[in-house]
Parts: sequence; C-alpha cells; structure tokens
Amino acid sequence: MILRELTLDLPRTAITALVGPSGAGKTSLIRLLNRLDDPAAGEVSFDGRPIAGYPVGRLRRRVGFVFQTPTMFPGTVEDNLRTAVELDVQEAVDDVQSSDSVLDAVGLSAEYASREAGRLSGGEQQRVSIARALMTRPEVLLLDEPTSALDPEVAERLLATIARLTRERGVAAVMVTHRLSEARQISTHTVMLEAGRLVEAGPTAQLFTAATSARARAYLASAD
Amino acid sequence: MISTPSTATLDVTWPDLALVAMLVLVAIGISRWQRLGLERGFVVGALRATVQLVAVGYILVYLFAATRWWLVLLALAAMLLAATTTATRRRRGEAAPGSRRTLWGISGTAMLVSSGLTLAYVTEVVLHVRPWYDPRYLIPLFGMIVGNAMNGAALAAERFASEMESRRGEVEAYLALGATPARAAAEPVRRALVAALIPSINGLMVVGLVQLPGMMTGQILAGQSPLLAVRYQIVVAFMLTGATAMTAVMVVLWYRRTFFTAAAQLAARVPV
Repeated sequence: MILRELTLDLPRTAITALVGPSGAGKTSLIRLLNRLDDPAAGEVSFDGRPIAGYPVGRLRRRVGFVFQTPTMFPGTVEDNLRTAVELDVQEAVDDVQSSDSVLDAVGLSAEYASREAGRLSGGEQQRVSIARALMTRPEVLLLDEPTSALDPEVAERLLATIARLTRERGVAAVMVTHRLSEARQISTHTVMLEAGRLVEAGPTAQLFTAATSARARAYLASAD
Repeated sequence: MISTPSTATLDVTWPDLALVAMLVLVAIGISRWQRLGLERGFVVGALRATVQLVAVGYILVYLFAATRWWLVLLALAAMLLAATTTATRRRRGEAAPGSRRTLWGISGTAMLVSSGLTLAYVTEVVLHVRPWYDPRYLIPLFGMIVGNAMNGAALAAERFASEMESRRGEVEAYLALGATPARAAAEPVRRALVAALIPSINGLMVVGLVQLPGMMTGQILAGQSPLLAVRYQIVVAFMLTGATAMTAVMVVLWYRRTFFTAAAQLAARVPV
C-alpha cells in the first residue's frame, strides 16, 4: 500500500503543488484522480461525485494527465493533436479546440503543427503533450513532474506557460514536483506528502512561511 | 532414351534403417573431431526420433484399421493439447498480466476454433472426404494445421506481450486521453499480427522453390502423380494461411483483454 489515511480537498480553480520526498506517493495520488489506477480502499470524488460513477473515457477527457516523460504519437504535431480528438467520436465536434489555439496556449507557434512530433526537443514534446491534453477542453490538468527532464531555463519557461494556462483558460492544475522552488513559484496551494501520508496542506504562502507541523518544517528546511 | 520410372514404392526395411543411421554416425564423428560436445545430443535425438515415429506409426496403423470416429477425434484432441502446451511455453523473464493458465486457455480455444473450422472446410467442402472422419486424411491434415496455428499463436502472444511492455508509456498516454483499451493497444495488436503472419507469406513465396514440402515429397515417393501432389500441396498451403491468420487474430484480441482492467487501466503485471 502506497497511500494511507489520506483525506484531501483539491481546489477547483488554482494550481496545487504536490510536494514531498521521492516515494511519498505523489505520482500515485494523481494517478488516482483520473483513474489511471484505482485505490484499494477509499474514494475519489470530482465535482462532488465519486469518479467511479463517470464513464472513464469522459472523466479522463475532463481531467487531463501530462506524464513525466512525454510520449509522442506517430506523425506530426497536428496528428498528435487530432488523435486526442478522434479518440472519442461521441463528443461534440464544436467543443473541440483548434490546434492553433492550443499550440498558442502552450507557447508554440502555429508552424509547429507540421513538424514531426518525435523529432522535437524534450521541452517541446512536453508542450505538445500539454497541448494534446488541452484538445478535449479539460477542467483539470494533472501534471506529473512535467519539468523534471528539462534543463532549468526550459523548465522555467514551461512553468510560466502552465501558470498562464490556468489563469487564461480557467483550468485547474495539480502538479507533482520535487522542487520546492517550483511549488513556491507557481502554486496557490501546496500539499505535502510523506511516506504515503498527508503532512500538511494549505495556501502555498502560508505553508512555506508558517508550517504548523514539525514534519513539514523539517522537510522545508532540509530540501532546497 | 527415357527410362520409365517404376510406380511401386521401394520398401524400407529395418536393415535399411541401420544403413541410414550411418549418416547420423557421420554427424557424431564430426562432433568428436571438432570437439562440439554434441554426440550425446545426436544419440538421444536419433533414438527419440526413431521411437516417437515408430510409436506414431503403430498408433496410425491402429487408427486406420479401427476407423472409429471417436478414436479419430480423440487423436485430434491429443494433438491439440500438445500443440497448445508448446505454444504457451514462455521464456524466462517475460512479464504479462495474465497467468500462464490464462494464455493456455486463450491459445487452446483459438487453435481449437480456427483449426477445427479449417479442417472441416477442407475435408468437407474442398476434398469431400468419406467417411467424414477418415483418419488417413484428418490426422495428417490436422497435424499440419495445428502445427502452423501453434507457431502463429506463440508468435502472436509473445510479440503482443513484448510490444505492450515496450510501449507501456504510449498505451497509457492514449488511455489518459480517454481512449478505449482497443484504441490504446492498436499498434501492439497490429505489430503482433504482422509478426505472426509474415512467416505465412514467406512460406507461400518460397514453397516448391527451396524445398519440396514433406507431404508432396511423400506423395511423389509413394508413386502419386506430381501434378496431383502439387494440387494437394496448394490445398495445404492455403489452408495453413487461413488457419494461422484466424488463430493469430483470436489470440491477440482475446489476450489483449487481459492487459487491461474493466476501468480501462493497465493491469498489474505478474512476472512469469
């Protein structure tokens, strides 16, 4: 068992950072949120409804997931974006984003559409995978250490993009990170996990300056 | 001047077999000379081949004489069981969600259905075998069908498992976007089927060029017209193609289900 006795409310309109040492269960937690995994016990709710009650495909289009290592589908960037849409024939077509608008949202120019996705740099691929997740107009974006494979400068720009995205599109983001500086920089809420348990959660500014638990203070002092 | 070949088959006696065993001794001699350490293997292999073939010979003599439909079906079932077990033997270190028992059931059922349909079609619709259970036709034909289906099933399952393993990230990326398991695993399915079917195409391409197939050789040696032997061989080549394709697609599509949960998640892997 990786996570235990965890009760948590994630705000709908904000960037929530999930921090904690490796092995704390951060990735395991966000994988539960769009049912890439199911908990052995307990319940996850979205919009006040248990997520097991949603058709799983529909849930995953409302709660997008961006993996730590981007995986490009075969073909161009445009193909990648179109694939995301074509996965569901039921969904109304007019609700779908244009590829130009999502590319713009992730800070890629329209000319990227015709580029071979597999040949892009790591940072560009990560932007494409965010754009791909945006194609179905998700309300929440789960990001699993999206910057961990990127060099600091590229990571910095990606964070700025994510922050802008949530501001301008009203997408809530839940981002796993092991860099406290990242959490402090872009998140409004921070959740700290350790060994599968919740250590502390609250507004980022408050958690970083006046953590109430000794464990949280120790972690904040040791890291960064 | 053209000499007329005799139509009678030459007899092979036990002393003749002793003479032909000299050729195995040549192989053993080479192994000793080059210090290959394969002598034991040759001896055991030659003995096993002799014993197995003689035993099968007696079984066939009995089946052909008895001509009971249920004895024939029993023999076919035994062949299917042996083939299924061989097809599902896994390599060490291979990881897949289903147990070996699951794969055994899937492969066995797929081979039963595809080989059974193929055999029924060929013997009833094409050849009009009478009585329908005539073991002189059913047993050799089924042996060839099941042998090929076995290779197709093994190749398809093995390739599918390894593609699912190496493309785990890609498959999960599709799932995360709301794809169904069928869509998420489309590429592994395609690759597994191609891998299982390429040998069939290669077989069709070179048949008769590199090597005369065993059955055709047998018929020619037994004094049949080569033209009839060739027509039989075409029946065999085409029936094997169909049976292999049916087996492979059934195995892969069914096996795919074991890699996902009902909630479209990747199932946990159990190392084999």
